[in-house]
Amino acid sequence: MTVKTIRQALQEALVHEMRRDPRVIVIGEDVSGGAGTEGGRDAAGGVLGVTKGLIKEFGESRVIDTPITESAIMGAAAGAAVTGLRPVAELMFSDFLGVCFDQIFNQTAKFRYMFGGKARTPLVIRTMIGAGRSAAAQHSQSPYHIFTSVPGLKVAVPSNAYDAKGLLIQAIRDDDPVIFCEHKLMYDLRTEVPDEAYTIPFGEANVVRDGDDVTIVALARMVHYVSEAADKLAAEGIECEIIDPRTTSPLDEDTILDSVERTGRLVVVDEATPRCGMATDIAALVADKAFAALEAPVRRVTAPHTPVPFAPSLEKLYIPDPDRIAAAVREVYGYAP
Amino acid sequence: MTSSLAAITMPKWGLTMTEGKVVRWSKEQGAEFAPGDELLEIETSKITNVVEAETSGTLARIVAPEGSTLPIGALLAVVAPADAPAAEIDAFVSGFVVVEPSSEDTTEQAAAMETRELDIAGKRLRYLEVGSPAGVPMVFLHGFGADLNSWMFNQPALAEDRRTIAFDLPGHGGSTKEVGAGDLASLVAVVETAVTTLGIERMHLTGHSMGGALAATLAARRPERVATLTLIAPAGFGPEISVSFIEGFVRAARRKDTGDVLHMLVHDPSLVSRTMVEDVLRYKRLDGVTAALETIARAWFPGGRQGVSIIADVTALDLPVQVIWGRDDRIIPAQHADAVAARVQVHVLDHTGHLPHMEKAGEVNRLMRQIAGRT
Repeated sequence: MTVKTIRQALQEALVHEMRRDPRVIVIGEDVSGGAGTEGGRDAAGGVLGVTKGLIKEFGESRVIDTPITESAIMGAAAGAAVTGLRPVAELMFSDFLGVCFDQIFNQTAKFRYMFGGKARTPLVIRTMIGAGRSAAAQHSQSPYHIFTSVPGLKVAVPSNAYDAKGLLIQAIRDDDPVIFCEHKLMYDLRTEVPDEAYTIPFGEANVVRDGDDVTIVALARMVHYVSEAADKLAAEGIECEIIDPRTTSPLDEDTILDSVERTGRLVVVDEATPRCGMATDIAALVADKAFAALEAPVRRVTAPHTPVPFAPSLEKLYIPDPDRIAAAVREVYGYAP
Repeated sequence: MTSSLAAITMPKWGLTMTEGKVVRWSKEQGAEFAPGDELLEIETSKITNVVEAETSGTLARIVAPEGSTLPIGALLAVVAPADAPAAEIDAFVSGFVVVEPSSEDTTEQAAAMETRELDIAGKRLRYLEVGSPAGVPMVFLHGFGADLNSWMFNQPALAEDRRTIAFDLPGHGGSTKEVGAGDLASLVAVVETAVTTLGIERMHLTGHSMGGALAATLAARRPERVATLTLIAPAGFGPEISVSFIEGFVRAARRKDTGDVLHMLVHDPSLVSRTMVEDVLRYKRLDGVTAALETIARAWFPGGRQGVSIIADVTALDLPVQVIWGRDDRIIPAQHADAVAARVQVHVLDHTGHLPHMEKAGEVNRLMRQIAGRT
């Protein structure tokens, strides 16, 4: 077992599955990485280095560079999936989902249901989420809640390298379309990752930390901010239980509800916008199914309902941070009706 | 005269332990204790373990309160003569420095706790070797579904005066997930090749559950290579085995099922930590593990009964043998030990389940030291 980055974990997952199953292909903009440059193909290994080495080992029939046209990438991948391949398509920024939404929302997600259950669409769409690089409003969003709201799609949002590898292998072996969200600031995060292939089942949350006072649910980068806040709060005598759902569709409702039944207090932290988002969805779930257990109102700590600002100072205010999370937990913990 | 004061510090158990949590003090401040007395409980990555007194003394000052989490080597309590002045104890506490291992020591320690791999007929076999090369080494064989980490409370203690080796059996831990037939004969053959490859001519052999049956069979086949044999809740002493455990363990894929199954292993389920459950889940998620466990379970426990018997082998052995069992074992009943009680030493431990080497580590370590000390 070695310590690996999320980037390495994802690359390993792709290599494992491409070796295991010749039907697995990779398709997207510049996935060979370096075409047309002095170093040639594979010089970069995709814009993020995740697909490094794939073109050399698997060739251009399985590692397909496309023109910059998201609707064609998703259309080709959906068609390939429904006719027997298992494509891993790359939508470089999830912000571009609008350009190809018909292919995802009305084709890929619906095939199984439009053809009497006879069609399968084993398609994975890898896509980047997250603010924090001053990339402005069109390259900084985290729209996993939009994917989550579409029946027929599964959605994974890993927070660490161990989960990233296991969830990506599970996504590739899954017979339904999976949107796989990678946070753009987390590719270099390291943790221990087995060299062997493994799968993490969808709909099984990870309990990151045990605690009896307040339940905090968070995804992706927010898991790390929440852990920071929980360390501080523990010093004050407040023990937080941190739940990382890992997939938003399916969602592990039981783990969240069981925890709130015990703590009676819930804070949901989400880097995405609040209206019709995951924080709102989980708050509603708990209000609906664990109302009697609640000893304080549910608090949501999210981005505001506004596009991601370009100015670094404003962007910093936009993203929930450990201080805001800790303040919300203190408020919920000290609540007196 | 601070020389008469001694420190109780946070121990290091297992490969990954960096800190531990003080769950409970079993002795009050000021209490006297004798060797073997329980002093405190510490939560680890698997189950909560007891720290026992090695000498006699007085628990002059408890420094680490219950609930505190502290790094390895941190001061937990001060042992002093009953008449030691408080000021002297204060000075000892304030002057205590957690021994920061020098960089050389760190490398040495890290190497000492690093697993290695053998190539057995093209297949990977992981093992952990700890201890000085002197003396007859002790070899540990774990049970069904476990791995070398199940000896985390025993291997460091036994390694104080001998070389110790714990293996991951095929299908388990970091070893190959290709188990072939997965039966007694094929697993014993792998273990025999492995000890030969490591240059072990003679060994003290300890096996738990399925590993107990392996150890006994190896001893019967190669009595000249086995100095003593310790069998902990071994398989092969009778037909009964908990089908709900075996099937449940093979099937468990989620945290809750896995926790429920692991709780069957111990007398007090509250001792099982979340990390122990998570570690089992991580192992079970690896490609090939479920198939390997199914193969082994079919070969060993066909139709929900034990298909292997080692009674004849064990009673015929002409070497020191001991059997250790938990009275409350819910996987293999402790009554199975009756089959050999007339011929070998049997220790049945109270308030103990299927994992005596973890639940009653101090007691089991003493028994293993005792038997190994005789040869």
